[in-house]
Amino acid sequence: MSDMLTLKNVTKKFGGLTAVGGVDFTIKKGEIFGLIGPNGAGKTTIFNLITGIYGLTEGDVLFEGKSITGLKPFQIANTGITRTFQNIRLFKNLTTYENVLIACHKSASYGLLDSVFRTKKFKNEERLLAKKAGELMELMGLTQNKNMLASNLPYGLQRRLEIARALALNPKLILLDEPAAGMNPEETLRLMELIREIRDKLDVTVLVIEHHMDLIMGVCDKIFVLNFGLPLAEGSPKEIQDDKNVIEAYLGKEEE
Amino acid sequence: MDMYYVQGILILAGINLLTVLGLSLLTGFTGLFSFGHAGFMAIGAYMTTMMTVKLGLPFIPALLVGGLSAALISLIIGRFTLNLKGDYFCIATLGFGEAIRLILDNIQYFGGSRGWAGIPLYTSFWNVIIIDIVAIIVMVFIINSRHGRNMKAIREEELASQIVGINVFRYKMISLGISALYAGVAGGMLAHYLGYLQPLMFQMVKSTELTIIVIFGGLGSITGSVIGAILLTALPEILRDFYQWRLVIYGLAVIAIMIGRPRGLMGGKELNFRFIKKLLKKEKEVNI
Repeated sequence: MSDMLTLKNVTKKFGGLTAVGGVDFTIKKGEIFGLIGPNGAGKTTIFNLITGIYGLTEGDVLFEGKSITGLKPFQIANTGITRTFQNIRLFKNLTTYENVLIACHKSASYGLLDSVFRTKKFKNEERLLAKKAGELMELMGLTQNKNMLASNLPYGLQRRLEIARALALNPKLILLDEPAAGMNPEETLRLMELIREIRDKLDVTVLVIEHHMDLIMGVCDKIFVLNFGLPLAEGSPKEIQDDKNVIEAYLGKEEE
Repeated sequence: MDMYYVQGILILAGINLLTVLGLSLLTGFTGLFSFGHAGFMAIGAYMTTMMTVKLGLPFIPALLVGGLSAALISLIIGRFTLNLKGDYFCIATLGFGEAIRLILDNIQYFGGSRGWAGIPLYTSFWNVIIIDIVAIIVMVFIINSRHGRNMKAIREEELASQIVGINVFRYKMISLGISALYAGVAGGMLAHYLGYLQPLMFQMVKSTELTIIVIFGGLGSITGSVIGAILLTALPEILRDFYQWRLVIYGLAVIAIMIGRPRGLMGGKELNFRFIKKLLKKEKEVNI
């Protein structure tokens, strides 16, 4: 399998504080890759570095072998990386349908004048966008809430809508930032299925941050553990579960 | 009240409406506040007048030149200020509006602060109506396209817009450019309605008035902006008999709306064809 995303010595310093230091890992195409660590370990910072919201202090990020360091967030999104947010960031006063439809915009290419004159191109592409948005809502089980404002959706559905919106870009890699936060066990189980479905059906590689260990251990092919911004361990779920350092970071040291 | 007077008010309302439409795209749909739109009107007014009076261009092409020059200047300003976060853009537009007025005060070619009289009266009731209708249709078409939706996305959540691949800076520029184009054309029409231009007409009060109309009508609603522009232009005229009190009443009306309907008259909703179609369909079903 080819490499999808490679982090090389990725480092981010805020003033004197090293939020993330010397992180190296590679995600292969088609993998579900877990990123875990105690609170404040720098997981979300890594997401912000990959998606270009923060600039790197040192190191390099390669996407399909090409460096994406220094690109603006929207350019990185257009190369095929997208994400969801830990604190949900939907277009709150727009409907579910509009949220998904907006994110589909790259599937159309008509210009401003096409929309002013309502050309054939405009009409055809709009129809295409509507169809695509409909399919995505169907996939994510949002069709019933099509015309509901995003801010009025129940919490679990807001998380799903964020994933739907991310998938609308036809991404190659999707970064999920605590997708199961606030979900009950049943919803979490459904989310696990969904993550697998995204990988298998849509051929999207997944990088997920999560604190629910059931989810991480259940769906991930590989896990990377971060502690205080530094790499702690990397391996299969089984290896991570048995790793002494990881147990220590989460549960503390055994008294001697 | 004679017809001539009513028509005059409607023409002024139509001209205001045009600027408000443009400002509505910028403020109501893209979420950027501007306190310098009178400046864009001024550029449009003086450029259009220069075209008709000094260069002898017909009215419509002259209006286009006026509008495009306002748009061009807005893009130059946008290039430097739209990268700024938060309210800085708003402050920059405020400074710009005043700067334009002061510059015009000092250009003797345009009559300076004495003003510019003897502008031919090309603006009529009918061409205002036609231009307004075209402007409304174009605006509605822009908003109901992926471009308009991208602007709304930026208004709602800038970071998330970036993450779904929207070039936020570019769309802010487009929105600013179109709104300045509208303001510029409106300025040109104003000049050729009044027959007289003076930099004082484009003070900050004018910019604030325009922004108030957009908020009064409801951010993110074209119908709201249209209704707001007509109501708030006509209101001071209707109240002319109580002229000492009219600005007080104007202020109270705005406050009442903001308390009663904090999201503005229409509050992001539209009275549109779909709504009317729905009504018609229901009637048809009843007929069958």
